[in-house]
Amino acid sequence: MKTKMLLAGVTAGVMFAGSVLASTLDDVRARGKLNCIINTGLAGFAAPDDKGNWTGFDVDFCRAVAAATLGDADKVNYTTATGKTRFTKLAAGEGELLSRNTTWTFSRDVDLSQTFIGVNYYDGQGFMVPKALGVKSAKGLDGASVCIQTGTTTELNLAEFFAGNNIKYNPVPIETNAEAQELYKAGRCDVYTTDASGLYATMMSFDNPSDHMVLPEIVSKEPLGPVVRHGDDQWADIVAWVLRAMMAGEEKGITSKNVKELAAKDNKDKEINRLLGKDPLQGLSKLGLSADWAVNVISQVGNYQESFEKHLFPLTIKRGMNALYRDGGLHYIPPIK
Amino acid sequence: MTFFSNIWRNEKSREIIVQILVLFFLGWFISWLVMNVNANFEALGKDISFEFLFIPAGYDINQYLIDYNNRDSHLRAGIVGLLNTGLVAFFGIILATVLGVALGIIRLSKNWLASKIAYWYVEFTRNVPILLHILLWHGIIINTLPHPRKAISLGEVTFLSNRGFYIPKPLTESGIELVYLFFIIAIIFSILFTKHCKRKQDLTGTQYPVFWINFSVICFLPLIAFFLSGMPISLEIPALKGFNFRGGMHMSPELAALTFALGIYTAAFIAEIVRAGILAIDKGQREAAESIGLKPSKVMNLVILPQARRVIIPPLTSQYLNLTKNSSLAIAIGYMDLVATLGGISLNQTGREMETMLIVMLIYLSVSLSISAFMNWYNSKVKLVGR
Repeated sequence: MKTKMLLAGVTAGVMFAGSVLASTLDDVRARGKLNCIINTGLAGFAAPDDKGNWTGFDVDFCRAVAAATLGDADKVNYTTATGKTRFTKLAAGEGELLSRNTTWTFSRDVDLSQTFIGVNYYDGQGFMVPKALGVKSAKGLDGASVCIQTGTTTELNLAEFFAGNNIKYNPVPIETNAEAQELYKAGRCDVYTTDASGLYATMMSFDNPSDHMVLPEIVSKEPLGPVVRHGDDQWADIVAWVLRAMMAGEEKGITSKNVKELAAKDNKDKEINRLLGKDPLQGLSKLGLSADWAVNVISQVGNYQESFEKHLFPLTIKRGMNALYRDGGLHYIPPIK
Repeated sequence: MTFFSNIWRNEKSREIIVQILVLFFLGWFISWLVMNVNANFEALGKDISFEFLFIPAGYDINQYLIDYNNRDSHLRAGIVGLLNTGLVAFFGIILATVLGVALGIIRLSKNWLASKIAYWYVEFTRNVPILLHILLWHGIIINTLPHPRKAISLGEVTFLSNRGFYIPKPLTESGIELVYLFFIIAIIFSILFTKHCKRKQDLTGTQYPVFWINFSVICFLPLIAFFLSGMPISLEIPALKGFNFRGGMHMSPELAALTFALGIYTAAFIAEIVRAGILAIDKGQREAAESIGLKPSKVMNLVILPQARRVIIPPLTSQYLNLTKNSSLAIAIGYMDLVATLGGISLNQTGREMETMLIVMLIYLSVSLSISAFMNWYNSKVKLVGR
């Protein structure tokens, strides 16, 4: 029954969305707020702070899109979604943007009616163990009990990794992250496995994070990125270029501290001028954005590096694959011309 | 006009008309449901196909009664899950029946303390949702029992830890056939002996301790054969290797928690059913039995319970069905039953919601119908036979 309702929801959402999608930007401007779908709670990515405000790496991206389109990063309504409900909520029009550590896969991009606009975090499935276990590599986990959060590709990656290395394990499948953490803490499992970013976030919520460690093996590709509804190219372009503007900020050394100063003067690097609205950027009017869109993003939210360091460094996450290409990472953005 | 009003006034024909109308609307409603599903599926570009059952499942299952690995099909994964459901239902029904019957009788005992304890047990247990029972038992097992490295050892052969209970596993060697043979002989003997004693008692009134004699024969005959053939059974003793115990027989904390929770919860309902059944027997029956000098245990076993059984069995069947269906809550603690395998991971991996749910529902339906059929057969055996 639940499944049928879900299907009906998706269908209704698709039909409904078809008539409204013509201009998502106009909808957002008319409302004066961006509706953004985020995680129900994952430290570092989307979690309420002590004042009850949503904060985190994924939340920053919602704020950046609001800053670019509305000129104010605070004009965001947040809607939370679980792994199962996120696509339904996006399709049903409960938000214009899904910024919730969502893995970009072929079938999600093609089969369901949505568009992935890029990768803001390269992730992969990893293993967390107590340091007391004395294990240094996932290949040393022969015979271990492994807690898994079900409902994703996690089970398959796990089975393939252990079978590939010819070692045995005992799976303990659990529905939610919270329940799985409890079992891990109680010692029901030797190992907890999910996306590495989730492992770091989980670890930080423990009483003694330093008693645990994430093993070096990453057993899957999980490129995480923001998602929009299929069919509005203008909106997809806006969201994609907001992400690139944040990365360009890091690449060109534009930070929330110096962005106003750089925007006011004529820079030697003309790309900075075009990004910050000093020199004309051809086609910007087609996106429906004002010339100071990138200045708003970087001054109110910060560049990619600032957001990463603010939210993910406290979780002891390193830049690794998420560094810019020139620093040995994977983030490489098209030129702003 | 008069023809139609005549038909409507006639009780017989009116009944038939109403039934036809109801049947028609029911058929219309069902076909509407089916068409609605088809229309929704078409809109989504989905079809209904069961081919996914035969592709490799790709995931592992932590408890399997038949051989299974992650290259086996979704169908086999579903069967493994179904057997796990059956296993926990089997243990749960035994525990619930034994505990429930005992508590139902204790509740009626003249001993104030015993009867009050049974009363509070029933009230506390049945008024707490079953899901909480399951989580509570699981929590108790994994939080109070130690890690395998510090497992509680009973004589260095049986171990209790928060990864479950490990007991030695008997391995048979050659020569075991003699033990089997003696066991069969003992069974045949006890059947014949029981018949003989019954005949003797009918004729002469002499009573033999039939149960104890049979019990000792069935125990000792195979034991003698065991020593004669040079002890052809060895024990595989569980041993700590790496992270966990290996070898021996293993009961996971999930299976244990689920069995306890289902058994203890359902026992409360069964206790009430048993109490109701006993109270339904006229007290004259008890008084008559006592007046001819039967011991209290004989009064219960020979006079009260056989009559109470007729009242008890129909509601008891419902409880067995409830227990079996409640076992689907196993998913909350990670016990991989039918819902967790075919209705959970397989569903997620293949995206075939409608097909997997249909199969799971049909399986639960047929399991429930089989339990019903068995209990109905048993009921017809014990019901009052007109003579």
